Amino acid sequence: MRHVAQFGRFWYDFVVGDSVALAVGGVTALAVGTVLVWAGAGALAEVLLPLTVVAVLAISLRPASK
Amino acid sequence: MRDVLLALTAFLASAVEMVEALTIVLAVGLTRGWRTSLTGTVAALAALAVTVAVAGPSLAKYVPLGALQVFVGALLLIFGLQWLRKAILRASGRKAKHDEDAIFQEELAVLGTSTATATGTASLDWTGFVVAFKGVFLEGLEVAFIVLTFGTNQGRFGPSVAGAVAAFVVVASIGAAVHRPLSRVPENAIKFAVGLALTTFGTFWGGEGVGIDWSLGDATLAVLLVFYALAAALLVRRFKVVQPRPAGVVAEGGVR
Repeated sequence: MRHVAQFGRFWYDFVVGDSVALAVGGVTALAVGTVLVWAGAGALAEVLLPLTVVAVLAISLRPASK
Repeated sequence: MRDVLLALTAFLASAVEMVEALTIVLAVGLTRGWRTSLTGTVAALAALAVTVAVAGPSLAKYVPLGALQVFVGALLLIFGLQWLRKAILRASGRKAKHDEDAIFQEELAVLGTSTATATGTASLDWTGFVVAFKGVFLEGLEVAFIVLTFGTNQGRFGPSVAGAVAAFVVVASIGAAVHRPLSRVPENAIKFAVGLALTTFGTFWGGEGVGIDWSLGDATLAVLLVFYALAAALLVRRFKVVQPRPAGVVAEGGVR
């Protein structure tokens, strides 16, 4: 059981690292893109996806800047 | 253009991770013996090669391209943003810059105090082997992942493998020649570039995966890269640590 926990922790650290905001935000940005494409607003998604990515990056920097 | 950018990204990402791995390998070699250090390194490289060789074709064979693009895009995006975040924090003075010399001295101190030092002997030292293996494997895992995702998404591994192999040859050759950590490599600048490239590819492939039809085609990559570079530069300015003015220095136009 301990090895499973260590294995899980390793992959969590590897993918999520020290900023949960980035992991959640990255997935959220793509989810927003998906919704917009489904809604027939592909052109808007093309613009909003990179903007959301930058917003996520800026948000992730805030705690470290305090 | 895409191939060149892929190869260059793989080269830079591999180079920066290999510089970090080299520091550990050198520390193990000097304290526990070169045979131990090189055996751990070769074992780790073999494990990484097996990971890429097994996981790559399996992913491409069993996962549909759309799902693969979303999965790979999301992970590259997260990885890229992690690299970029750290690079921005370092460039703005909010995080200490990576210091290979300090890490090297730290590793030497830790390994030197462990028991059963085997410097210069023919026997294999288990502690040294594990440290070298872990160092190379963990630093290399991210590179293996980048090569793997680039290759499976493109349907061919040529550009990314070429970039990674070229980086290995360059870093290993320099390391073998100078026998000390490569502390003059501008790691933060390279990490900045890799972060930008990974974020760009992550956005592009992730977007394609969720159904976005990029109106500029492959040229979108260049647009995204420039956009993210500008945004990152602005974020560095925004979060830059302002150094306190030395006593006696007065701002222009201030009260004297």
